Amino acid sequence: MNWVVQVGANTLDTIRSFGRAFLMLTGALIAVPQLKNIRLTLQQIYVVGVQSLLIILVSGLFIGMVMALQGYTILVGYGAEGSLGPMVALSLLRELGPVVTALLFAGRAGSALTAEIGLMKATEQLSSLEMMAVDPLRRVVAPRVWAGIISMPMLAIIFSAIGILGGHLVGVDWLGVDSGSYWSIMQATVDWNKDVVNGIIKSIVFAIVVTWIAIFKGYDAVPTSEGISQATTQTVVYSSLAVLGLDFVLTALMFGIN
Amino acid sequence: MTTRKTELMVGFFVILTISATLLLAMKVVNQGFSDNESSYTLYAKFDNIGGLKARSAVKVGGVTVGRVESIYLDPEDFNPVVVLSLSQQYNNFPDTSSVAILTSGLLGEQYIGFQPGFAFDDFVTLADGDYIQDTKSALVLEDLIGQFLFSRDSE
Repeated sequence: MNWVVQVGANTLDTIRSFGRAFLMLTGALIAVPQLKNIRLTLQQIYVVGVQSLLIILVSGLFIGMVMALQGYTILVGYGAEGSLGPMVALSLLRELGPVVTALLFAGRAGSALTAEIGLMKATEQLSSLEMMAVDPLRRVVAPRVWAGIISMPMLAIIFSAIGILGGHLVGVDWLGVDSGSYWSIMQATVDWNKDVVNGIIKSIVFAIVVTWIAIFKGYDAVPTSEGISQATTQTVVYSSLAVLGLDFVLTALMFGIN
Repeated sequence: MTTRKTELMVGFFVILTISATLLLAMKVVNQGFSDNESSYTLYAKFDNIGGLKARSAVKVGGVTVGRVESIYLDPEDFNPVVVLSLSQQYNNFPDTSSVAILTSGLLGEQYIGFQPGFAFDDFVTLADGDYIQDTKSALVLEDLIGQFLFSRDSE
């Protein structure tokens, strides 16, 4: 009988935490945006977006370069090395750009958000804000949520662009694919609405999910040092799993049935 | 204090994003024949369209002048009808023009080769909604082999 009780308790716990997460998000986002909150959001875009720029640029460049290198060795066997451009561009725009950006973002910015908010909770800064009649959801949570949702699609676009340039660097400048065919076959294949816009939509969905998980895990953390470390780990694990799972669903919806 | 530096860096971030978007829009994306450019529609009925797909190119002497808008089956005679969307820039093709389904390269994708007809003194141009009468279907390898064997048998 005991294990049935356990299953029931776990289910209720899960549902309760979903409810708390949803309440936190609505409480943070349904607030009327204030001018001073835009300042705070800008500050958070700096922390979350600009400071993630280096890792995004470097990994985007190298992923584009590796794809060009691997693609070239296979395509050249078929005499189809001209198709290197669309191969690099499509895989970056449709899949790797949004997904790798989201994974890096979860590791680089999501864990930091969790730790920051978790520590604020542990040191009772959030309670002090409430004591001063400042709503911590609006003051602390909302700017971070918006910053995450705004920054990640921007990072994904930059990732794809720099990856395509990296592919050009390896494919054209080092391996000798014709520069004209690299760009022109790419242009003939890549479609703005189908490939670029769908990639951005994916990235917006990932941004909402990753930021939400990161902030909720911090806000809901057990206020001890152990609890915060656990919450940070959970942020990275859960958001990576959510991103990879959602990516399959989104790809099936966008490109699967045609 | 740090606000000014923050704003500067966020500004750089936004500019970097805009330039990345521009790179994607200008260099990566197909901008040859966009959908919002003014175009007119022609219809062509084939026996067999082979591997032609929607958005395949329509070319005159190698120059892309339009795209395949859609393909459907005529419910009465069960022949495929291809809807062509041609750029308004090229709107004076004679109605004696013909279309054929061709393949680019040995393994390339199929496209519509548009062959303008002779322009006589009193020629009629193809207008929006017209059917192109003279069509040549795609070559299907199995049909070719079948015809070859048949002609050998009858010899």
